[in-house]
Amino acid sequence: MKARHQRLLLIAAALVALGLVAVLVFSALKENVAFFHSPADIEAGKAPKDRIFRVGGLVETGSLRRQEDGVSVSFIVTDSVARIPVHYKGILPNLFSEGKGVVAQGRLTDDGVFVAQEVLAKHDENYMPPEAAQALQKAHDSGIGNQKAKD
Amino acid sequence: MIPELGLFSLILALPVALCTGVLALWGAQRGRPAWIALAKSGSVALALLVGVAYLCLTWAFVQNDFSVLYVAQQSSSSLPLLYRVTGVWGGHEGSLLLWLLMLAGWTALARFYSRALPDVLRARVLGVLCLVAAGFLLFILFTSNPFLRLIPGAAEGRELNPMLQDPGLVIHPPLLYMGYVGFSVAYAFAVAALLSGQLDAAWARWSRPWTLAAWAFLTLGIAVGSWWAYYELGWGGWWFWDPVENASFMPWLAGTALIHSLAVTEKRGSFKNWTVLLAVSTFSLSLLGTFLVRSGVLTSVHAFANDPARGIFILAFLVAVIGASLLLFVWRAPRVGLGGRFALLSRESLLLVNNLLLAVATGTVLLGTLYPLIVDALGVGKISVGPPYFNAVFVPIMTPLLFLIGIGPFARWKTASFAEILRVHKWTLGIAVLAALTLPFCHGVWKPQVGLGVFLAAWIFLAALLHFFRQARATQGGGSLIASALKQPLHFWGMHLAHIGVAVFVAGVTVVGAYEAEKNVKMAPGDTVGIDGFRFRFLGVQSVEGPNYQALRGEMELLENDRLPRRLFPEKRFYRHSAMPMTEAAIDAGLWRDAYVALGDPLDRERPGGEWVVRVYVKPLVNWIWGGAFLMALGGLLALFDRRYRNRRRAVAQENIAARN
Amino acid sequence: MNNRYLWIFAAFALLVVLLAIGLTRDPREIPSPLIGKSAPEFVLPRLDDDRPFSPKDMAGQVWLLNVWASWCASCRDEHPVLVELARKGLLPIVGLNYKEVRGDLSLDAAKLTPEAEKLQAAVRANQWLAAHGNPYALSVLDLDGKAGIDYGVYGVPETYLIDKNGIIRFKQIGPITPEVLENKLLPLIARLNA
Repeated sequence: MKARHQRLLLIAAALVALGLVAVLVFSALKENVAFFHSPADIEAGKAPKDRIFRVGGLVETGSLRRQEDGVSVSFIVTDSVARIPVHYKGILPNLFSEGKGVVAQGRLTDDGVFVAQEVLAKHDENYMPPEAAQALQKAHDSGIGNQKAKD
Repeated sequence: MIPELGLFSLILALPVALCTGVLALWGAQRGRPAWIALAKSGSVALALLVGVAYLCLTWAFVQNDFSVLYVAQQSSSSLPLLYRVTGVWGGHEGSLLLWLLMLAGWTALARFYSRALPDVLRARVLGVLCLVAAGFLLFILFTSNPFLRLIPGAAEGRELNPMLQDPGLVIHPPLLYMGYVGFSVAYAFAVAALLSGQLDAAWARWSRPWTLAAWAFLTLGIAVGSWWAYYELGWGGWWFWDPVENASFMPWLAGTALIHSLAVTEKRGSFKNWTVLLAVSTFSLSLLGTFLVRSGVLTSVHAFANDPARGIFILAFLVAVIGASLLLFVWRAPRVGLGGRFALLSRESLLLVNNLLLAVATGTVLLGTLYPLIVDALGVGKISVGPPYFNAVFVPIMTPLLFLIGIGPFARWKTASFAEILRVHKWTLGIAVLAALTLPFCHGVWKPQVGLGVFLAAWIFLAALLHFFRQARATQGGGSLIASALKQPLHFWGMHLAHIGVAVFVAGVTVVGAYEAEKNVKMAPGDTVGIDGFRFRFLGVQSVEGPNYQALRGEMELLENDRLPRRLFPEKRFYRHSAMPMTEAAIDAGLWRDAYVALGDPLDRERPGGEWVVRVYVKPLVNWIWGGAFLMALGGLLALFDRRYRNRRRAVAQENIAARN
Repeated sequence: MNNRYLWIFAAFALLVVLLAIGLTRDPREIPSPLIGKSAPEFVLPRLDDDRPFSPKDMAGQVWLLNVWASWCASCRDEHPVLVELARKGLLPIVGLNYKEVRGDLSLDAAKLTPEAEKLQAAVRANQWLAAHGNPYALSVLDLDGKAGIDYGVYGVPETYLIDKNGIIRFKQIGPITPEVLENKLLPLIARLNA
């Protein structure tokens, strides 16, 4: 009888612990998930005002401004429909460049400025990480086939 | 010709792997000695053929044979020789070949270091490994052939991704793959045991050294990857909870659980089903990681197109490997006995809690990694799950686990006494609490999370010392205490070393997280910035030529109270072929802190000699993170060389044969 | 079958279904707001004879606008597919040469005068076409990438299918693979041409 009770106790404790973990996980997920919105979404008012999200698009050419302190920057992200001003304090990633893709994570202020906590540059147009570059393999293979056929 | 030779030997390896796998398993089932014997020669032949293929590809790289498409994509003639050799695994095809090479290598090792195993069991293990290898061979030959010719050949290659031209990333993938692939041996043992229905202590003892080896390599691989990210990405971070990192972390967590649960199965015969399931899951998570990284399902904004054919292939492979073994498990598991009983408080129950916590941790990482995919599949939107989620979830799950490390070794098998453990620990607990209350003041402010971290680190460290000391004294006999300590078995040393590694790691993570100082500042030559007791003086930027890049090299003087000034040279590199900018941070590394400086951008691109945005960090105890991981891996390797895995093997094998007859 | 371990199998099956769904989706697919809208206007010099070209010139026919540059590695991957498409003669392909000089980070374009940049761009672009084949009815030079911005070019290559009324009907980010050509582009071209 005693062993049986102990076993039940153990299972009950494990279930309670798992329940706690589940609550923890889902509340953490709820709070820390960042949705992706395009500049057009933001202009249409579809982006949330009260939480962190991501915006992606191109850095408009000529829009990058550096403030006097050297580390505060602002630029405009556009998807060719809407233009969203972004403020960021920090060092921009290596691949950040005007006219290229960028993803910023942060909040939208009341005056429509996106204050970024994190800026991720899309790898530049010519470069691709090996994993992605290899995905083009298929196209290339058949390309070689075509070339052979032509010769 | 050489690349064709490589391809030929790869093609030849496929039927060899298939035949060996099928015949060995079939022969083991039907008791045909000739087929069973085939497993031995077949697995060696497989390793030789794959080795030849790998050497051929390496040769093509060394010779700059740009008529091979893969070489043209990954290499160039201006690339230094070292990176041409390591460039073999710089891309998808080559890294798959490396995977396969490791798998074939592990298979050969399993063939030579399993002499004590009954022939039938060995044939099953080797057969399963050969079938897994056959799957990878199919994948390589049909979707990722590294020997494809480019006709007409390119005059010059595209060059290796500059990020991979670094010593850290040179050794990161092989170590990581050694770990990933090493779990295939544990997996093969589990499947072989399920096939034979013989899940017992002997099985656990055979699997243990293989699991330990794989785990140690995976630990090293992950640590090197994290170290690389720290000094190369210029952000000073060491872990980003990125899907690719999570892909390697999940098998690590499951593998850690497996090591502990194997101990219970070996010593007490309990948890058998759970251990088998863990062995299958660990390797499955390795495969899942490969799938997530390779299929492009998750690689976020950093990539362009993906190739569904490859994804479909790996998914099919995943279904075959995991599905078949789970089916086998579901079929066999109900017939496996439960093993020795144990009390509510016992070494078994504590290890059970350890396993549950590690399994839950694995699950939360899996959920966080797949959540964007789930949301996308439901059509709700596109999301990303960031580090805050993982941090929020991990601390509460890991805290009890870390606390248990200090108790587990003191608990007796079967039934332990709470009072006894408390009595043993009354000093250690007190000292750990004292350390938690005082040590953080070394850095100024006391913060609760540091208090917790220091407490856990001190607690684990002291408990390991105490346990080691008590054990040494108990077996002292007439000799000295030190002689007795040295005579402790290697697995015992290994366990405590690994646990101390955890303590060191926890201390590093906590302190660097709470007390690191960071400044992003604009600096003109001659300017000085002070941070956390250090002063960085910017001396200017010069242009420097590298073998295949151009660099702007900054010169920075690091001044610390009463020490001589040191020079640091952070760089901004532009690789000529790929036209890609890279940051090379400069670090003054130390046991107690790192001083870290990285160049941002020049304020005026036309005048690189002028003002720059510079990022400086002071990171206390940051090297403890990798030091701790290194100690864990070292502990695993020490345990692996324990005498009992060698001496007892033969005896146990005979025992088993006797038991069956 | 009453087996208490079956749930493991069920969980695995669920995971496989999820991964399979994941495979059918492209996490990088960013819906283009331009689909269904008029192709943005521009006037740019032609690569062959420097005459101005504008999308209006193509009114009344279905055409393809392909963004390329000689420094773009994946353009080389894509190129044979375009050559093959051009050989079919289904529709004219217009090349938008994107930041030929400025996009190549190994060159210091800022030091060049506008004339020198244009000259160098023309030389580089023509050389590349001579080496890899020219599928384009004509190409235009977008030296500063302004036209590219209007089209929301994320990276090179990118391709836009534009119908007889000048409406963008399809956008491919990244290279056109034979699958994309076969399964998406060709059927759409046939429909638009009908």
